[in-house]
Amino acid sequence: MIVYIIQRVMRMIPLLFLLSLVAFLIIQLPPGDYLTEHINALRASGRDVDEAEVERLMKQYALDRPMHVQYLTWIQNILFKGSFGQSFQWGRPVNEVIGDKMALTFLLAIFTTIFVWAISVPIGIYVSVRQYTFTDYLFTMIGFIGLAVPGFLLAMVVMYFSFAWFGLKVGGLFSPAFELEPWSIAKFQNMLTRIWVPVLILGIGGTAHIIRIMRATMLDELRKQYVTVARSKGLSEFAVLMNYPVRIAINPLISSLGFLLPWIISGGTVVEIVLNLPTAAVVLYRSLLSQDMFLAGSFILLVGTLALVGSLLADIALAAVDPRIRFGSVEEM
Amino acid sequence: MASNENGAGKQEVLLEIRDLKTHFALDEGTVRAVDGVDLDVRRKQVVGVVGESGCGKSMTAMSVMRLVPPPGQIVEGEIRFHRQFDDRADAKDIVDLAQFESNDRQLRDIRGNQISMVFQEPMTALSPVRTVGKQITEAILLHQDVNKTEARDIAIETLARVKMPNPEQRFDDYPFQLSGGMRQRAVIAMALACRPQLLIADEPTTALDVTTEAQILDLMRELQAESDMAILYITHNLGVVAEMAEEVVVMYLGKVVERCDVDSIFYNPKHPYTRGLLNSIPRLEDVLQDKREKLNAIEGMVPSPYQRLQGCAFHPRCPDFMPGVCDEAEPQLIQLEEGHAVRCHLYT
Repeated sequence: MIVYIIQRVMRMIPLLFLLSLVAFLIIQLPPGDYLTEHINALRASGRDVDEAEVERLMKQYALDRPMHVQYLTWIQNILFKGSFGQSFQWGRPVNEVIGDKMALTFLLAIFTTIFVWAISVPIGIYVSVRQYTFTDYLFTMIGFIGLAVPGFLLAMVVMYFSFAWFGLKVGGLFSPAFELEPWSIAKFQNMLTRIWVPVLILGIGGTAHIIRIMRATMLDELRKQYVTVARSKGLSEFAVLMNYPVRIAINPLISSLGFLLPWIISGGTVVEIVLNLPTAAVVLYRSLLSQDMFLAGSFILLVGTLALVGSLLADIALAAVDPRIRFGSVEEM
Repeated sequence: MASNENGAGKQEVLLEIRDLKTHFALDEGTVRAVDGVDLDVRRKQVVGVVGESGCGKSMTAMSVMRLVPPPGQIVEGEIRFHRQFDDRADAKDIVDLAQFESNDRQLRDIRGNQISMVFQEPMTALSPVRTVGKQITEAILLHQDVNKTEARDIAIETLARVKMPNPEQRFDDYPFQLSGGMRQRAVIAMALACRPQLLIADEPTTALDVTTEAQILDLMRELQAESDMAILYITHNLGVVAEMAEEVVVMYLGKVVERCDVDSIFYNPKHPYTRGLLNSIPRLEDVLQDKREKLNAIEGMVPSPYQRLQGCAFHPRCPDFMPGVCDEAEPQLIQLEEGHAVRCHLYT
């Protein structure tokens, strides 16, 4: 197991390097950079630009130097100083801008996953043992509707009805009173009363997906002989299901856990914009629009890193529940 | 032939199957997998069930376990199990297994406890993600009033009984760490853990190589001899029957066509189908003496399972086919002599 983890971590290093290259290239690809744009905009509006300040920033980020030097400067700052640079748009260090948003996004991802799993895993198991019955078709239909309806539309519908019927404004994660407050237990509680809306909307699409995966893998496993053998021991049907086919059918889901965060960020952006959530996806989107290169680059790097770490954790979790991976057995059973 | 034939006359009955019909209602029609089977197993007796693939021998076994996969269903018949309790030697009760729902509590108390089963494929009979020990102790904890440590001891002891090398170590192994033969030993240990009165073995050695097969057969014979267990041994291999069984039941298309002791089946077969089966075994001396070059096969094919033949189901392939008789009336199982019954018009 330890050997497996070490191997797995070692394999991440080149990937991380490639990831940083890609993140850097992406922020360099659009012509121009934020600083030049910014100065131009200021000059165009006839305002004075502090030449010394510009000079200082140019130097700090090596913007006047060739690309590879820029990359090295950028990555060195991250690795050795823990500094992701300055967000020009926000006028604050990237670290400050990102920290809060990332935490909220993370929270949202975790809540959404719990919601999706809590609903779809039991349903997936249930419909697999009731294949081709009315309930199976019913849940399949509901699931596909959930999958087909775009999240932002659902978000708008939910917002409309909650306002029209209950007089609730469901946008945002906090009540206005708590919006700018520092974190406290009261603020957290306030968030809990509001977070269910985005969780519900983001989760519905994922639910159908997980139900289908669970149903398909369960149907595969249910056909296998060890299930009949388990029944032949006299176990109750519930015990048979939980201890045998479910134990194996859950594995693909565990391995998909690693891609949760990228999924929330890339899939939920529109929903989060509609719902006015202060999450990472929205900030990333804006930073890309305004060529806020250090912010965007850091986001891409961070999200990518988290995806890698996520899949590492998922792999370790998978190895923990599936001995075939732990012992490196390739035999198909 | 099994060596432990008790001299004390006939043993009492353990399992009586009467007119068992297990049918599969499919879109294409009804498959009569088991179509009126009568079968008895007495205590400590080894009964072999032979027949081609699709003759219903496995489904007979699955019916006794009440594990017939849907849409299969027992539509008729009785499976009377004479249950005995360890603590009261004389106290017995007779339960009809066919009357329960397949997930019934009472049925599950018997399943895996007094009747257990060893399956064909040792490779897939164990869950790959749970240790061998866990899968064995599960049944022990379910049926016996013991705690986990005691269950572990029983499991290791059972593994030792099936001659698993290093049972304590193997207990914590995963199935994929064991060889095929060891896995089948683990599966047998799983079935024996609760000391069943009836063991159903559904081709337990078919998937194994010949050497391992011989070892497992030896093992099963020894286990049967040292306990009071009866075995219903299902196989298509007549050689295995000769080695294991005291009594043999030959099945064809869901019906019992001949039933007798193991010697009669080889030296005095009555039903043309049984003769055909025996005739199709290649004999080394014939080959050496150039008496025949080709294998003898039974003419024709097993009819489509959806088709229902009038008269004897075997008549299209039968060498002794009597027109006007065999394709008209269905033959009944006739008692020819003590312990030898045959379902054929030749003997009416």
